[in-house]
Amino acid sequence: MNAQSSVQPKLRVRGATKVYSTGSGDLLAIDRCSLDVAPGEIVSIVGPSGCGKTTLLWSMSGLHGLTAGEVLLDGKPVKGPNPEISMVFQEANLLPWRNLDANINFPFEIKGTKPDRVWIDELLQMVGLEGFGARFPRELSGGMRQRAALVRALSFKPSVLLMDEPFGALDSFTREEMNRLVEQIWLDRPTTIVLITHSIEEAIFMSDRVVVMSARPGRVANIYPVPFPRPRSLDIMATKEVFDLTNAIKREIVGDQKSRFSTPSAPVFQAAK
Amino acid sequence: MSDIDAIPEFKTKSGDGQDVGITNLSAFASGPGIKSMAEVLAIILVAVVIIGGTEILLNVFAVPQYVLPKPSQIGLALISDFHLILPHLGYTLVELLSGFAIGAVVGLVMAAVITQFPFVEKVVTPYILLLVTTPMLALVPLLILRFGFGYTPRIIAVALAAGPMVMINAATGFRRVDPGKIALARSYGASTIQIFWKIRAPMALPMILVGLMIGSIFGLLTAVGAEMVGGGFGLGNRLTSYSSMIQMPQFFAVVLILSILGILIYVLFFLIGKKWASWEA
Repeated sequence: MNAQSSVQPKLRVRGATKVYSTGSGDLLAIDRCSLDVAPGEIVSIVGPSGCGKTTLLWSMSGLHGLTAGEVLLDGKPVKGPNPEISMVFQEANLLPWRNLDANINFPFEIKGTKPDRVWIDELLQMVGLEGFGARFPRELSGGMRQRAALVRALSFKPSVLLMDEPFGALDSFTREEMNRLVEQIWLDRPTTIVLITHSIEEAIFMSDRVVVMSARPGRVANIYPVPFPRPRSLDIMATKEVFDLTNAIKREIVGDQKSRFSTPSAPVFQAAK
Repeated sequence: MSDIDAIPEFKTKSGDGQDVGITNLSAFASGPGIKSMAEVLAIILVAVVIIGGTEILLNVFAVPQYVLPKPSQIGLALISDFHLILPHLGYTLVELLSGFAIGAVVGLVMAAVITQFPFVEKVVTPYILLLVTTPMLALVPLLILRFGFGYTPRIIAVALAAGPMVMINAATGFRRVDPGKIALARSYGASTIQIFWKIRAPMALPMILVGLMIGSIFGLLTAVGAEMVGGGFGLGNRLTSYSSMIQMPQFFAVVLILSILGILIYVLFFLIGKKWASWEA
């Protein structure tokens, strides 16, 4: 919304570069990625498989170090896990030996702080999980598990929420439901959200801006603003604007894929000068 | 396969094919559950047929008592001589419990520590395997020479038999790391110790229980065996003593007690597993 305004970005990625050492030599995963995320903004990252989206997100969370470049939260460098930043992982990543209550308590146990019961109950009610506290993850559906993971991630009121393909394993109906839920929670309590997704539709529906990354080594290829007012209804997905935007993004990703596959025997590393 | 998104730093888990777990928890945690009255009746019926049939067959063929006593004779001996056998059950339990406690604690600590250092683990694993596969009973004569006929050699033998079993299974459990769950804990700023207690230990618990069960059964085996080698007390000693005096009903009464002891150990760990590790089954 106010992406390019003069306010200080909540999250700033500058020249993020990550090289993995593998058995067959070094691998450049992301190359000089830069991105500013405004406070309260929702940004999605899409890109071909293996473009380093997750690497970029994990670097933002402080779970990963960078080979070069830096991540700044409110202007201060992120050097490790940060209490202001919360992650939602691929699949719900609940601890199977804990019931739902104990799973939601987990961050507080680690941090040694007291959970805000009122806020957590409010969250549980918002996602429709009140009364399920004694259930174990195996007793919950995929959607319920992911909603529980969302409550856990928001339970300690982080100012930044990083979501790593959170709904990839869900069916499309549950996924749409989750998208609306996240927006609803976000409207209730604006949080800066960076979301990785494979679904361009999800990216458009959710975000203020969609970042398209190029194939490996991952670079920020383009950024598309999504100028629809909130709360958004699924009806916008049928508009021509969204259709054109979807196609543009798709073309950008596919075109990028094509160029990757049409250059015969091009070494993966060539692009990194 | 070329997906860099799959965080290489966390990629491998037990990739060296070193999972030497003896068995899987589900093998016993999901054991038979009794469902209906009909099943109970069938179980009782089978027991009656087997025990009664043995009784009848032994009568019909007039098998002498010193070859195989009748179930009724064994039952009578169990009742009439129970007060004589009971103290020996106590001695065996003391050896089993103290030896097992020592072996289990050492085994668990070693498993927890060693799995943190893959290199150490590689170096140590062959010796642990050696300890697992060597029957510790073989050492009992030596232990008796060194420590006499008291509790000491037996407790050492039990600890040596149980410890490696606990360790090798627990190590399999501790090695079974889920990088996602560890990343989750780290994202909340968890320390290494917190990750151990809150993630690694609970994840390893099902395998730890398997190790404890197998270890305690091996401990019982070794305790009884060690008692048969030397010394004047314990259920194993009763076995050699009764058989040398051809008191076969008493002999089988002791065997029966040992079977019940083994079953109780199994049931105990079955219940613990059901309570604390059922999330995995």
